[in-house]
Amino acid sequence: MELTGAKIVIQSLLDLGVETVFGYPGGAVLYIYDEIYKEKKLTHILTRHEQGALHAADGFSRVTGEVGVAIVTSGPGATNAVTGLATAYMDSIPLVCITGQVPVPLIGNDAFQEADIVGITRSCTKHNFLVKDVKDLARIIREAFHIAKTGRPGPVLVDIPKDITIHKCEYVHTDSDVNIRSYKPNLKGHIGQIKRAITLLKASKRPMIYTGGGVVLSDAHKELFEFTSIMNAPITNTLMGLGAYPASDGRFVGMLGMHGTYEANMAVSHCDLLIAIGSRFDDRVTGKLEEFAPDAKIIHIDVDPTSISKNVNVDVPIVGDVKLVLEKINQLISTASFKKSKPDLSDWWEMVETWRKKDSLAYSQGESAIEAQYVIQTLCELTKGEAIVATDVGQHQMWAAQFYNFEKPRRWVTSGGLGTMGFGLPAALGAQVAKPNDKVVVITGDGSIQMNIQELATCLQYKLPVVIVILNNGFLGMVRQWQEFFYERRYAETDMMSHQPDFVKLAEAYNALGLRAKLPNEVEPVLKEALASDRCVIVDIHTRPEGNVYPMVPAGAALNDMILL
Amino acid sequence: MRHIISVLVENESGVLSRVAGLFSARGFNIESLTVAPVGDEETSRITLVSIGEDHIIEQILKQLNKLIPVLHVADLTDGPHVERELMLVKVTAEQSQRAEILRIADIFRSRVVDATPSTFTIEVTGDSGKLDACLSLLIPLGVTEMVRTGQVALSRGDKGLVKS
Ligand SMILES: Cc1cc2nc3c(=O)[nH]c(=O)nc-3n(C[C@H](O)[C@H](O)[C@H](O)COP(=O)(O)OP(=O)(O)OC[C@H]3O[C@@H](n4cnc5c(N)ncnc54)[C@H](O)[C@@H]3O)c2cc1C
Ligand SMILES: Cc1ncc(C[n+]2csc(CCOP(=O)(O)OP(=O)(O)O)c2C)c(N)n1
Repeated sequence: MELTGAKIVIQSLLDLGVETVFGYPGGAVLYIYDEIYKEKKLTHILTRHEQGALHAADGFSRVTGEVGVAIVTSGPGATNAVTGLATAYMDSIPLVCITGQVPVPLIGNDAFQEADIVGITRSCTKHNFLVKDVKDLARIIREAFHIAKTGRPGPVLVDIPKDITIHKCEYVHTDSDVNIRSYKPNLKGHIGQIKRAITLLKASKRPMIYTGGGVVLSDAHKELFEFTSIMNAPITNTLMGLGAYPASDGRFVGMLGMHGTYEANMAVSHCDLLIAIGSRFDDRVTGKLEEFAPDAKIIHIDVDPTSISKNVNVDVPIVGDVKLVLEKINQLISTASFKKSKPDLSDWWEMVETWRKKDSLAYSQGESAIEAQYVIQTLCELTKGEAIVATDVGQHQMWAAQFYNFEKPRRWVTSGGLGTMGFGLPAALGAQVAKPNDKVVVITGDGSIQMNIQELATCLQYKLPVVIVILNNGFLGMVRQWQEFFYERRYAETDMMSHQPDFVKLAEAYNALGLRAKLPNEVEPVLKEALASDRCVIVDIHTRPEGNVYPMVPAGAALNDMILL
Repeated sequence: MRHIISVLVENESGVLSRVAGLFSARGFNIESLTVAPVGDEETSRITLVSIGEDHIIEQILKQLNKLIPVLHVADLTDGPHVERELMLVKVTAEQSQRAEILRIADIFRSRVVDATPSTFTIEVTGDSGKLDACLSLLIPLGVTEMVRTGQVALSRGDKGLVKS
């Protein structure tokens, strides 16, 4: 059948199983939007900013594992999408972003609303395409999805000039696999390397498992649980890996890194074998490289060879998909002979338990000022650790990571790699669109929430009952904390107290529910009311202005060099 | 150490900027870069020279491989290989110096490809060491302009870049 380019875009999306897209219209995508108007099978969510559309598609992807899709116009629409692409790129989230472009004959002429978005996004997408012929359009869209979701996932941009969307060509639906000869990710894991890993696993007296976002992306939480049970080793997650291992299990020692627990950081510093699974040795995790896991041999499972031995030299690299590799390893260590020859770990566990007794996350909730930790702990109890929690960036994000105990994967939606303030609300609304029956909560700060506050209107339009909990300390808290610790309390431009909007009134202006708590005993009732509401809610919780996140490893210090409360 | 890296890429627009962008974005050193189609209309071959420690070179090779349109990457410095570069040099050639210039050209088996009453343009090929040596002799005589292509290289023996 001959279809226009615009119709091919929509038909390709439907044929790829896409039911929901997030976007914002404009001149260069008018034909595409005209087809969206006519096509009832595709739901389009209109955000109030293109950055919001990208983060919403990102949140949608994080909770479902599917490719998130966003459509934006050329020029400013496309440049507004850049932060969203970079956020997804750093956290390896599969997205396809379709941008409009000026007609092919005008490209390069500084035409109205022209931006070289392929050039601009080359370093913050996994790949990008400029479609120059309608005959390539369907193939490119299929390749974009394939590239986005296979190997190490990531965002892919498809730039479509306006004239391509009216040109016609034959469209045939196909279910055959995409085949790109220069792109063949290695998924299986080299058996020789896996056997070398088994030898180390068998001998280790102080094994430590350190897992990351790769386990979530690979949906390998079951395999990870089995592996950890057989090894009976302590396990820590990166910020991105939270939820891939149930926090209530005794082997879990919490997050590691800059704001990780004492026991997690000490265990990494003292282990004799570190098993890194889908984690990338980020500088927030390793601290001073020379002193990272100094006594350990390191096994690293990762689908992206560039992640391996990038920052820390690895003894046994295994390039492959976490799920497939762990399945193989589990099979090889389930044998009686492995279990018999494995050393007894009780001395190691005794050390770990001693560190755990330090209770490095302890805080005390007095009667006057609300402690942020208490708010999150209460929220976790009220939602039984089962809500979908999105965050912005700052202290509230770290407290959420420390105090919300995730039992299941794909419920934790946070910008780790880029650390994008303004991510939380749009990502949460994307998650809520994907999971209409789940409770979705945004934990945010009074700074971050003002960065994409316009998305309240989107929540209202689509009746998304997102609960927004503002831990309102009147500061750009995380920056203020650094200023307190390392800049002699010179609070340069971090005081937000004096010109703060009234968040309750703001909620009301958007026809959302606005609630407030100023005293500790108001926290629980207010959260209960918010969680019970079937509307979008803002809960403005006034927390102690100068609360700090502990423990903290100062930037560049060794992991076992923590500032404790 | 100096490494010569061969990269086989799909012949599509933007490939060169992906490769060059990778080097600038990640702060990798790049000494020279040459690129041209290799005749099958579908692929081009890029030859890169970079100087770096082993773990940096390892990252460069991995990062190049990760680019979607890259078909194959090899560090030719790993094995025996032939490398060549071409240089054109314009030297001022006053009457008194003409014989000397021609003698130098001869020593390096280079050719005079253009001559005027006051200049010679000389074409030299070889590895970069030879080009440097030739240039160092010509400079004192007055080099007005010169251009070098950058290294191209192939591995020795019957093995090619692409395993079939
Ligand atoms: C204010 C702030 C403070 C922070 N503090 C901390 C902190 O204290 N501790 C901490 O941990 N982080 C912290 N972070 C987050 C940090 O910046 C990094 O984002 C995070 O540590 C990276 O997590 P990761 O190693 O799990 O990698 P991810 O970014 O999740 O990367 C996933 C890895 O898995 C691989 N992978 C993907 N899919 C697969 C697959 N199917 N199979 C195999 N491998 C796969 C990828 O190639 C990649 O190497 C902080 C961030 C902010 C904003
Ligand atoms: C877009 C963006 N700009 C700036 C920063 C730097 N930054 C990191 S945390 C932070 C403060 C966040 O303040 P708030 O949202 O109030 O959260 P709090 O730390 O107080 O919990 C800032 C400015 C960032 N991460 N993202």
